[in-house]
Amino acid sequence: MKINQLSVFLENSPGRLSEPCKVLAAAGVNILTLSLADTEQFGILRLIVRDWRKARQVLEKAGCVVNVTEVVALEVQDRPGGLEEVLKIVEKAGINIEYMYAFTYRSRDQAIIVFCFEQPDQAIKALQAAGVNPIGDIDLYDRVEK
Amino acid sequence: MANRTKAQPPVFHPLSASDFLPVPQLRQLQFARLAAIVQRAYDHVQVFRQRMEQRGLTPADLRSLDDVTRLPFAIKADLRDTYPFGLFASPMSDVVRLHASSGTTGKPIVVAYTREDIEVWTSVMLRTFAACGLHRGDIIQNAYGYGLFTGGLGAHYGAEALGATVIPTSGGNTDRQIMILKDFGVTALCCTPSYFVHLIERAAELGVDLRDLPLRAGVFGAEPWTESMRRHMEQASGIKAYDIYGLSEIIGPGVASECDAQTGLHVFEDHFYPEIIDPETCEVLPDGAEGELVLTTLSKQAMPMIRYRTRDITQFITEPCRCGRNIRRIRRIGRRSDDMFIIRGVNVFPSQIEQALLAVEGTLPHYQIILTREKGLDQIEVQVEVTPEFFSDKISALEELQAKLAHAVEGAIGIRAKITLVQPHTIQRSEGKAKRLLDQRNLQ
Repeated sequence: MKINQLSVFLENSPGRLSEPCKVLAAAGVNILTLSLADTEQFGILRLIVRDWRKARQVLEKAGCVVNVTEVVALEVQDRPGGLEEVLKIVEKAGINIEYMYAFTYRSRDQAIIVFCFEQPDQAIKALQAAGVNPIGDIDLYDRVEK
Repeated sequence: MANRTKAQPPVFHPLSASDFLPVPQLRQLQFARLAAIVQRAYDHVQVFRQRMEQRGLTPADLRSLDDVTRLPFAIKADLRDTYPFGLFASPMSDVVRLHASSGTTGKPIVVAYTREDIEVWTSVMLRTFAACGLHRGDIIQNAYGYGLFTGGLGAHYGAEALGATVIPTSGGNTDRQIMILKDFGVTALCCTPSYFVHLIERAAELGVDLRDLPLRAGVFGAEPWTESMRRHMEQASGIKAYDIYGLSEIIGPGVASECDAQTGLHVFEDHFYPEIIDPETCEVLPDGAEGELVLTTLSKQAMPMIRYRTRDITQFITEPCRCGRNIRRIRRIGRRSDDMFIIRGVNVFPSQIEQALLAVEGTLPHYQIILTREKGLDQIEVQVEVTPEFFSDKISALEELQAKLAHAVEGAIGIRAKITLVQPHTIQRSEGKAKRLLDQRNLQ
């Protein structure tokens, strides 16, 4: 139920962002979605790729510092209020959201949003109890990588 | 605008007489004191006695000044290893003052003074001020730090004994320092050279031209500074800028001072016997050769130091000085023989910073220290490579790490450093001793 997201540390200087992208491209790894969080000093590049083990390997070989974080992908109705419905469930269960970002994928009326919860397992339980099923990783990759 | 740098009528303080002792008399005095202090250290300081016994020496083997070369050296580690009071030759009840300065491992170096030691210290500081042309009637603002640091109180006692009017401002609060300089008719200022540069700039911002004030002399020490810095300081302020030298392990400020000629620092060698050695072979070098300065305290009772290796690189200036003093001059100290650096008058060892990084992370990351000078003030940045162990997906965790490192470094060295997290493998690796320090302050 959880997706393995890679995070890469980026020093805040020109060219730092393109390095990991170049490395992954050279290894034939397709980035399904990404998000860039930044402070004045540094950034964290978050990536969802299919073969995350391979991606981590090539990135580390190239000298990047890489972390793996378990995140949860949810389908959200692509209409006003769609996101709020999901947020309500999580807030009610008292679970903190660290960050989130959307996939570029879109199908008819569904958007896919990636959540990083402070307690992912509890979040999944609460969501399932409310009838919201997180998307499994294989399913996600197949859907998005057409 | 009065030309305040024109020659002052010579004012001679009786205590300065020792500066002019004829050389044969000086050597006799030095030998008598050396014999006594070696006996004292032998009788009361375990480390010294052990080293003498290892060499099969006793104080009686000292038959002339030349025999000093047979004596064992003392090094900074001795102070660390015997922390806090292991090098004392006097009982604590005779110690009237303790001072401490930064040590390499976070523990300070402790130095002690009896009443007689304080009197000697006062007299050499008085001679320092006299050599810089100061006298009773001068108004001296002392901006060296008062407290455990020897600079503040050392300068204070000397200036007061000189008969000058002393203003103990200590360090910091630049705007107030400038106000006092202006309003109190200050004629001489004591502080670190880089602080003075900062003060000149701040004064300009406040619309105060130091050249309009009665300020005529600056007594600067505690860190290396160059001739071109001196020229800048003198031109911008209209003062004569004098270099003084000292170190806590020996006494504090008051070991050596420039005179009116401003070409080399006269060592008060009736109290501090100087030698220049080759730092690798430890052989005493001929006069004029550059090497490491070694000092022996000839009169210190509470904590005698025999052949203490200062790690400062200099040389004797062999020509007689035009001021007439017979106490020998050393060339101003430009660099050190170890990796210590000085920032804003504070001694810092890269190992202190290492300790701080280690304490936060548990392992030592690759790091580099970068020193720059902005608007006259020294800045320190520590670049730390991010490792997989400490890389967190959370921005807040990384920021917290950054803050923890900054806090630890500030706690270790007393100065706020900027911490920059950098990509791994961006800091140059090297064979052998890593180049941890990039000093970009461009002392020209």
